[in-house]
Amino acid sequence: MPRTLYKHGPIPGQPPQPVATGEEHPANMPLSIHDMTVAYHRKPVLWDVDLDVPQGKLVGIIGPNGAGKSTLIKAILDLVPKASGRVLIYGKPYKSQRQLVGYVPQRESVDWDFPVNALDVVTMGRYGKIGWFKPIGKAHKEAAMEALQRVGMASYAHRQISQLSGGQQQRVFLARALAQDAQIYFMDEPFAGVDAATEKAIVNILHDLRNNGRTVLVVHHDLQTVSQYFDHLVMLNMRIVASGPTSEVFTEQNLQHTYGGRLTLLDEAANAMAAQGKS
Amino acid sequence: MNVKRMVLSLACMLLLSSATWALPLTVASSEVNSEKTSVGSQASGASGGGLVDASVSWPSRDQVVRVLTLHDYNTRIVVLGVTGLGAAGAVIGSFMLLRKRALMGDALSHATLPGIAGTFILLTSLGYNGKNLYALLIGAALSGIAGVLCILLIRRVSRIKEDAALGIVLSVFFGFGICLLSVVQKMEAGSSAGLSSFIYGKTASMVAQDAWLICISAGLIVIACGALFKELSLLCFDQGYAASLGWPVLLLDVVLMSLVTLVTVVGLQAVGLILVIAMLIIPPAAARFWTHHLRWMMFVGVLVGALSGWLGASLSALVPRLPAGAIIVLVAASIFLLSMVFGKANGMLVRGMRRWRLSVSIRRQHLLRAMYEWHELDGEHEAGVHVRELLKLRSWTRSLLSQSLKRAQKESLVYCGSHRRWNLTEQGQIQASRICRNHRLWEMYLIQYADIAPSHVDRDADQIEHVLGEPMVRKLEKLLAQKLAEQIPPSPHVLVTGEDQP
Repeated sequence: MPRTLYKHGPIPGQPPQPVATGEEHPANMPLSIHDMTVAYHRKPVLWDVDLDVPQGKLVGIIGPNGAGKSTLIKAILDLVPKASGRVLIYGKPYKSQRQLVGYVPQRESVDWDFPVNALDVVTMGRYGKIGWFKPIGKAHKEAAMEALQRVGMASYAHRQISQLSGGQQQRVFLARALAQDAQIYFMDEPFAGVDAATEKAIVNILHDLRNNGRTVLVVHHDLQTVSQYFDHLVMLNMRIVASGPTSEVFTEQNLQHTYGGRLTLLDEAANAMAAQGKS
Repeated sequence: MNVKRMVLSLACMLLLSSATWALPLTVASSEVNSEKTSVGSQASGASGGGLVDASVSWPSRDQVVRVLTLHDYNTRIVVLGVTGLGAAGAVIGSFMLLRKRALMGDALSHATLPGIAGTFILLTSLGYNGKNLYALLIGAALSGIAGVLCILLIRRVSRIKEDAALGIVLSVFFGFGICLLSVVQKMEAGSSAGLSSFIYGKTASMVAQDAWLICISAGLIVIACGALFKELSLLCFDQGYAASLGWPVLLLDVVLMSLVTLVTVVGLQAVGLILVIAMLIIPPAAARFWTHHLRWMMFVGVLVGALSGWLGASLSALVPRLPAGAIIVLVAASIFLLSMVFGKANGMLVRGMRRWRLSVSIRRQHLLRAMYEWHELDGEHEAGVHVRELLKLRSWTRSLLSQSLKRAQKESLVYCGSHRRWNLTEQGQIQASRICRNHRLWEMYLIQYADIAPSHVDRDADQIEHVLGEPMVRKLEKLLAQKLAEQIPPSPHVLVTGEDQP
């Protein structure tokens, strides 16, 4: 068996076998966060987050600017340190479950002038499966090409990435995550700055993923489309305001709590902690 | 690629290199230079008086051939050394440039000085030979790494940003090194003479040991970068994603930095610690203008680095008193300039041509549409239109208009009929009607779907019609239920001829 980056966990691409003890068992839960707090420079941005996401759902994460939506994803993926709490992916820590997780970062997080083409970027999604020092095999190139095809970008495979439009770049990022062939996907604003056609194409792909039993979490901005796109919703403003099926939690009252004015005391406390850190 | 950043670094390079050139310290190396390359007859003329004697005697053809064909052993050594350095610098420099850490190499090279002087002091006071090259280089590497760690530390514990931290560490370490050098000079007069060659390089007096050291290191660097190519490129492109996949980002950064340290330290002797950064930045930056592929960028970068090393070393061997390190940098900078202008992928010329071609085609389309609309109003296809009348249709200058007319005539889209009146040819007619149709479809779309007033719509459509592709036109047709697929709809607004305008 070829040596890969992943030393633990099931074979990449295979969904973990359900544990017999029923639906609510954490090993059947794609994502389970318990009492997580995250702070930047000692200033808390997420307080005491408890969140369970059921299998096979398309989950929207909404909240005002600065609510900590990106931070939530980054903390789950160990990209920012957690002050406290734990995150379980299918019942185990992220470190041993990487092969089950796909990630689409914000488009602005990279320099699109980088000298690579679209196919090269998508192939990066296979690097975890390829492992150290090994060259990229033909099978992986084909898998990457297939992912490009799924997002309708196959004819742009050899285009340098700076020559792609914003929507096309976003599709390339999505294809890279698809190439990972994961069970649970985290997407940071995949609809930011894309054209209407791309948005529609992306939504179709997300629904496909969901229909194939994958779990997808998407940071989203546009309240108009929330009930149309997502069957599950996380409403966030420095803490979880509400989470559950969209039809239940997407209410006037919850929206008021999420968007209607920040929690001034929470803000103040956070600033005080940050100030303490500085002195 | 951030062109601004590249231009800035180039300017710095030029400034630095010219400053180095002017400094009297380099005279020492050029004297060695003339002896080593056995251009004896000229050395007598040059040895006269430092900066006072400004005359340069040009080498004969024979000497040029001797140097370029690597006839002399010493020339061979020097060329081998700097070529290897140029190649290795380009490989690792590509990653540094893309990691946006290009200046980290500069801080690192400046931070080596206290290590060199300190090792010398330590060795001499312990009674060993203070000029042991390997000991000095290890000392240099250690203090270089210490400098980089200081940058990281400053960034972590304070809120000072990386550029400021770089400036602080670079100048403080260099200053400290200069202090230690003065201590060395007082300590044992004469024996310290070799140390200042680390600052400005002593390319011409390179010995076989130095050249081999560079080449072995270059080989190591190329092998390491080849083995870690996909890991390092992922790190440089998208650090967060790399981390989410489980790649040890910190470890990869350490590997990258170690390779930079290696190339910097072995390059100290060749081009000096002030200029060694040029070998890291300039070749890959120049290469970026030629290609959009990382592999090719490295390959071209290696060519540029090796070529500037070879040419620079040869030049300084030919002309007495030309300091090799600075010449190598200037050769590299010249290649960079040429690449910036002529580069196939991103060069100014290519981009300028693209813009020019686009504006020519836009003007042609404007001309054809104007003529078409004139005929449409006039009804008289045979009569043609006079330049004077065309001039009133759009805000274009007479010279541009007649240029466009001439170009269109060459492409046999229009012809000049009787009484100097212009007409569309058959082919021109076909093109013009297509352009006109696209323009009007877009106008109708704007009026119907974007609520733009018919009186304003002409100008807006003007911007779009040139980029409308076939699929978009099809969509427009569908949207506007344009059943008469090949027909040209009437203009949705009043067409203006010259007479109506003030």
